[in-house]
Amino acid sequence: MITGAFDYHRPRSVDDAIALLSQHGDEGRVIAGGHSLVPMMKLRLAAPSHLIDLAALDELKGIAVADQAIVIGAMTTQHEIIADQALAARCPILRETAALIADPQVRYCGTLGGNVANGDPGNDMPAVMQCLGASYRLRGPNGERSVAARDFYEAAYFTARADDEILTAVEIPTPAAGHGAAYEKQKRKVGDYATAAAAVMLTLAGGTCETASVALTNVGETPLFVEAAGQALAGSGLDDAAVTAAVEAARAAAEPVSDLRGPADYRRHLAGVMVRRAVERARRRAAA
Amino acid sequence: MTDVKEMTLEEREATLGGIGTARKRKEDARFIQGKGNYVDDIKLPDTVVGNFVRSPHAHARIKSINTEPATRIPGVIAVLTADDLRPLNLHWMPTLAGDAQAVLADEKVHFQNQEVAFVIGEDRYAVADGIEAVEVEYEDLPALVDPTKALLPDAPVLREDAQDKSEVGQGARRHPNHIFTWDCGDKDATDQAFAGAAVTVKEEIFYPRCHPCPLEPCGCVASMDKVRGELTLYGTFQAPHVIRTVVSLISGLAEHNIRVVSPDVGGGFGNKVGAYPGYVCATVGSIVLGRPVKWIESRIDNLSTTAFARDYLMTGELAADPDGRITALRCHVLADHGAFNSHAQPSKWPAGFFNIVTGSYDIPVAHCSVDGVFTNKAPGGVAYRCSFRVTEAAYLIERMIDVLAQKLDIDKAEIRRRNFVKASQFPYRSCLGWEYDSGDYETALDKALAAVDYEGLRREQAEKRARGELMGIGIATFTEIVGAGPTRNCDILGIGMFDSCEIRVHPTGSAIARLGTKSQGQGHETTYAQIIATEIGIPSDDITIEEGDTDTAPYGLGTYGSRSTPVAAAAAAQAARKIRAKAKKIAAHMLEVGEDDLEWEIDRFKVRGLPEKAASMKEIAMAAYQSLPEGLEQGLEAVNYYDPPNFTYPFGAYVCVVDVDPHTGEVKIRRFYALDDCGTRINPMVIDGQVHGGLAEAFGIAMGQELVFDEIGNIQGASLMDYFLPTAVETPHWETDFTVTPSPHHPIGAKGVGESPNVGGVPAFSNAVVDAFAHLGVTHMTMPHTHWRVWKQCEALGIGG
Repeated sequence: MITGAFDYHRPRSVDDAIALLSQHGDEGRVIAGGHSLVPMMKLRLAAPSHLIDLAALDELKGIAVADQAIVIGAMTTQHEIIADQALAARCPILRETAALIADPQVRYCGTLGGNVANGDPGNDMPAVMQCLGASYRLRGPNGERSVAARDFYEAAYFTARADDEILTAVEIPTPAAGHGAAYEKQKRKVGDYATAAAAVMLTLAGGTCETASVALTNVGETPLFVEAAGQALAGSGLDDAAVTAAVEAARAAAEPVSDLRGPADYRRHLAGVMVRRAVERARRRAAA
Repeated sequence: MTDVKEMTLEEREATLGGIGTARKRKEDARFIQGKGNYVDDIKLPDTVVGNFVRSPHAHARIKSINTEPATRIPGVIAVLTADDLRPLNLHWMPTLAGDAQAVLADEKVHFQNQEVAFVIGEDRYAVADGIEAVEVEYEDLPALVDPTKALLPDAPVLREDAQDKSEVGQGARRHPNHIFTWDCGDKDATDQAFAGAAVTVKEEIFYPRCHPCPLEPCGCVASMDKVRGELTLYGTFQAPHVIRTVVSLISGLAEHNIRVVSPDVGGGFGNKVGAYPGYVCATVGSIVLGRPVKWIESRIDNLSTTAFARDYLMTGELAADPDGRITALRCHVLADHGAFNSHAQPSKWPAGFFNIVTGSYDIPVAHCSVDGVFTNKAPGGVAYRCSFRVTEAAYLIERMIDVLAQKLDIDKAEIRRRNFVKASQFPYRSCLGWEYDSGDYETALDKALAAVDYEGLRREQAEKRARGELMGIGIATFTEIVGAGPTRNCDILGIGMFDSCEIRVHPTGSAIARLGTKSQGQGHETTYAQIIATEIGIPSDDITIEEGDTDTAPYGLGTYGSRSTPVAAAAAAQAARKIRAKAKKIAAHMLEVGEDDLEWEIDRFKVRGLPEKAASMKEIAMAAYQSLPEGLEQGLEAVNYYDPPNFTYPFGAYVCVVDVDPHTGEVKIRRFYALDDCGTRINPMVIDGQVHGGLAEAFGIAMGQELVFDEIGNIQGASLMDYFLPTAVETPHWETDFTVTPSPHHPIGAKGVGESPNVGGVPAFSNAVVDAFAHLGVTHMTMPHTHWRVWKQCEALGIGG
């Protein structure tokens, strides 16, 4: 449980960090909160020669809530997300989700950027970001670009981020006032990754669902945005037939593996249960 | 003469802090401040560190080991392999069960993560790099993972070293992968009873391989003083004296030149009973280098290599009359012992005390047999917070009686009542040979049922079932057998399982007592002092309890199997009584009366009829060093080695209420009520703590703990990510209660309680889960009752939608 040898870098600016990344190529790894990377390094499943710590980069921290968009710096911790009142008022699903990640000690260190950038299908925030229609700001030697969360994840631990890019911030279109959202996560115990989890956001008007989006955690190689599930809900009265159609769409999209959390058929089934429950809670939270 | 005249009797009792007092744990002052002294806290000058190269394969032949690249790593001092240990004859070590276990893999590896080489370096970092650099070439062999296939004619032969041995401890073998068959009871009479029975039930009941997983893993620091020729071995030992003897026997060092010290130990639960390759390699390393060598397990090492528990595949059968009175019990066990027969049981008991399997019930005839087999898994088979194999036995009978109840449609409390050994039957001789010392099962059950409003719960359950909801009520009325044990039938390596206590009273009236046991969190420093306080009238706050240093403590067999209270606490009481007997002589001299004129009162001897004439223990203590009657030696000391005349038989009645979510398979523990009868209660607060901890572990076992292997023997989930150690979030609320039925043969009537909640808790949880499905025809569900397993049951019943 001791990491291999590595050089430690603590750049003072994002540009310096990018320069280090460019310099060291695939020998270099960015470290944010370290709660995914360090355990991998201790098991020697990851052995970067150069660790580039983003901890000193204040420009990557902070939460800005505006009417159009919410921008959260990549180095913002889960704890800071939970504690931010303005964020909780406009986009409560983030607090709900952050509180389901690991335990308080991890949440003091673990960051939003690390959670969404790592590409671990077990992480909770990626599906929520897909559900919310968020995009990620990536900066590299050639400047900044933005990639939608729904397009970001390619396979387990493989994302659209290039090796010399750093995910600097997450930008979320500010959810409509009166929207309802929920993150339902089944896990074996506190701190565990999801056996299956679902994020749902919807808006209602006169009892009819106007918009809906659904995404799943840990039932595939990547987080899964299930467009068909949202379509099944949108325009409906969220009656049983519509919800069942969304549930079935989610199950059809899920491609879980069998692991100690359960066999694949159970996890696929459970993804549907999580969607059903998340829809129910989101509906209760939404202004009719 | 007394100096405490102003105190009332009640005040004097309170000052004493003796038996029955909810005294706060003395050891907690250091533990809660982070001031404990655990083995990894021991930092001797010049200490080096050792750790293992481990096998990635479950079964493979070692073609070659190249240690040279490791030795080139800065800071690496030496790399040991089996070839280095062979000249010392330490490449194998004897196991407690009569087999031999490879210290470092010799030609073959038999389980994943088996110890292959030992890298010693200046620090952990150098050692970790050294381990990476050792090159081992393996030739993969087919792995045997499923114990039901171990005895097939074409099964791969695992232990080539033992292939030609007719015995590897504990009985004759009939296959190269067979270890022993152990048989108990009257087979013919049992078969006859089954043949003529009105009703029979049969169930295959698997108790999965789980692990005690103490918070602190195993470790040691071996320090050889080459000048003095003395070895000091600090380690996480539940039985330090046994370790000293084992080290002497296998190393050839004279036992007086070996000092074994168990410092503070962070939980054991059986995991720290055995001797592990790390101890041997650290010791050899220190002898070779003349420097202290420290070896500390990681969590993965702990879960995957040092002693596991259970792994019993049990087939249980009951025969009964139409009213549910059990007429016979029959069972067979296939015991998966892993790669070496190194489970920890008293020598004569290859399946521990599994023949307690008749439980709390008056069963006229029974037969059980146990077959031990080798597989490509880590060796072990310890009693995880239970007496030897008692939790397996209790699980079998407590599950089977529910199966019988369902077959006959008899209420699960009622069927227990019909079969209980009656209070009037004690001492009770079970058909499988045990003599239960005392008990009153019916009173305990009645109290439990009243406390939870059992009738009301059953009514609620009926209403819920009518609505299609799943609610389960689990009952366990278990009996333990603890306190190993009487030396006539209990020994380890031929040493009888007595225990010991030595007490010294100081001139100013305080005392130190040393015992042969070793607390790992049980609170011995608190409770032993309370016993001695009551016996000799010195306040428990003025009594130091010391354990774990073989240079100072009298020889004892250690702490496991709930034996500290039944055996060592008895020794403490007996030693204290010797002191009180001598004190009486001194008091008679001081008060110028005959001994017969004296009577004992809390903390002093009084002259009968002259209440103002008394000698307090404090005064007597000083007199013992000053003014003695003629013919009496100075000092006030005593030692007792206690050979218990019998085991003790704690029992309890537990009720668990669960609600099951058929959509997710989640089981919510709504209520858990635990009534324990552990005889005389030494410290109610410590008992509550023990019960809470044991129930939390039982909850973990029943609901999630399992060491899983894939088909080629890779261990899955050997970390706390997957291995279910419940946190405060998952752990249900516990309601505790008690009855008191003292042990008639124990000096203070105490029976031991640390393991009851695990033994009784697991079947209570399981019975509750199965009961939730009983109306749908389900008679058994395999543990652990994880979400997915429970959902699979729902799905099979068509209710998992």
